[in-house]
Amino acid sequence: MSTATVANVATGTKLVQARNVSKIFQRDAFKVTALDNVSIEIAGGDFIALMGPSGSGKTTLLNMIAAIDRPTAGELLVLGKNIFSLSDTQAAKWRNEHIGYVFQTFNLIPVLTAFENVELPLLLTKLSSKQRREHVLTALNLVGLGDRVHHLPKQLSGGQEQRVAIARAIVSDPTLLLADEPTGDLDSHSATEVLEILKRLNTEFHKTIVMVTHDPHAASYAHVTRHLEKGMLLPA
Amino acid sequence: MAIPITYNIRNMILRRGLTVMTALGIGLTVTTAVFLMMLLAGLKKAFVSSGDPLNVLVVRKGSTSELVGGFAKDKLPILRTLPGIALDSHGQPMVSGEWVVLVALPRKNGSGNVNVTLRGMEQDGIELRTRHAKLLDGRWFQPGQAEVVVSKSVQGRYSHTNVGDIIDFGKGPWKVVGTFDGGGSSYDSEIWADVNQVANQFNRQNAIGNVYLRATDPVAAQALKHRVSDDQQLQLEGALETEYWDKQTSSGGGIKVMGWIVGFTMAIGSIFAAANTMYAAVAYRSREIATLRVIGFRRGSILTSFVFESVLLALLGAIVGIVLMLPFNGMSTSTSNQATFSEVVFKMQLTFPVIGWAVVFAVVMGLIGGVAPAWSAARRDILAALRD
Repeated sequence: MSTATVANVATGTKLVQARNVSKIFQRDAFKVTALDNVSIEIAGGDFIALMGPSGSGKTTLLNMIAAIDRPTAGELLVLGKNIFSLSDTQAAKWRNEHIGYVFQTFNLIPVLTAFENVELPLLLTKLSSKQRREHVLTALNLVGLGDRVHHLPKQLSGGQEQRVAIARAIVSDPTLLLADEPTGDLDSHSATEVLEILKRLNTEFHKTIVMVTHDPHAASYAHVTRHLEKGMLLPA
Repeated sequence: MAIPITYNIRNMILRRGLTVMTALGIGLTVTTAVFLMMLLAGLKKAFVSSGDPLNVLVVRKGSTSELVGGFAKDKLPILRTLPGIALDSHGQPMVSGEWVVLVALPRKNGSGNVNVTLRGMEQDGIELRTRHAKLLDGRWFQPGQAEVVVSKSVQGRYSHTNVGDIIDFGKGPWKVVGTFDGGGSSYDSEIWADVNQVANQFNRQNAIGNVYLRATDPVAAQALKHRVSDDQQLQLEGALETEYWDKQTSSGGGIKVMGWIVGFTMAIGSIFAAANTMYAAVAYRSREIATLRVIGFRRGSILTSFVFESVLLALLGAIVGIVLMLPFNGMSTSTSNQATFSEVVFKMQLTFPVIGWAVVFAVVMGLIGGVAPAWSAARRDILAALRD
């Protein structure tokens, strides 16, 4: 990612508009409400932390923004588009173009090197091999792993793995960076490194970040923290 | 762009134990298929390569093989005068009246007697077969002498067939005076002698079994064939030698049927082995599949990737199967010719078509075995897969 290609959405533009979104799971004979009438707006350039106890619905909301889960009721516009009207194939393409996703457990492909892992989203673009290489090296340098390009995930520490995962999430310069407990599996030192990178991505490169976390320290890096409880979004 | 091939190859290497076991399983099935195809290829070569497109075989109308039939000897001079026949080294029409009979010879390994083809021919019979038969040892038989020349394969399989040996069949002893190489053709299963000696010893003096005519060129060969067949007075049938031998490949019918049954049964087992391995791969890599989907890879890409991996596995099996069969290439074996009831000696042939079909066979197994697991991978719900 280069500074010339960032900030494709003006700061302050409404990126995410959730209106009365509900999600109800059927578990055997019981109905479980994961999200209950949630309405939230996220503007371009925001760094928002979603906090709440386990089962409060924060990851469900994150997955809906990423178009990998669907609500039972309500409307969710991302970049002004109702993403639930997209077909499965369209949603995949849309995710590739607009979403960077960071998992708690890194989810790197174990048999691919750091370079190859980061290159994956770019394989779906029309970039040439040379251009892909430039983008991948830029992303890996940005997360401080320019010297670990050919390392396999098992040859990296947990913190380094998560930094590779961040590089993979930002390499295609997505509009939204979604992070699900990005520091949940890390020691405090590595967690701080990861959070510093996210902060830099937000302040320096104007990335819009939605981060799910349990950790108040992690949440302190965000501009805004919103709390969910029993599927309901508490007032700001 | 699809999911990179390195992803599949490295995963196969990572789980090398399972990969090797599955490839071996598929390899054994391919081995069976290759073995049967090598037999058929060898048999086909033995028969098809026996024919020379310039030789026209004349048999009695309705006769299905050289062994069955025979016609009046006075038709032979008529055949010699037909136009389009090439001249031999003496300036005479290259024509050979012949008798083909079966003689029982004892096997060298002591497993009893087997029918072997004895071909009585004129001197021109040797000349019109020079494309296939080359004298290796000794000399050709002399007209009017009870002498035989045996093929190298016959010499290797039956007793008393070395040059200088005396061999006993018909009315009396025959002297082995030479050995020839039939060049992988069905002549490799034959013993050659003077036609008059054969006729005398087998009480067939007044007739001739069949006649070979050597045409000057392919057009003349066709013309000769039709002229003989269309002549109502002769009551004979002409066929290009190549066509005749092609019909004789029916001897491979049994091998083909057995091949289909064994190959099909084993293929089902291998398909399940491949499917089992791929289902394990899908289960093992559930979270990776979900991650690829989150990144933006479509269901189709996942499906293609896993089917491709299954095909790769099968190709590995094909290589194993083909390599295992390499030592059998060129090995001599025999079968019974259903048309003549004689033994046909031939060499197993690992030809490029055999290799090609083995690869196709393996790929089809890989495709069938891989589709269902790949489909389940592609259809898997992202969230459910992420939780695995």
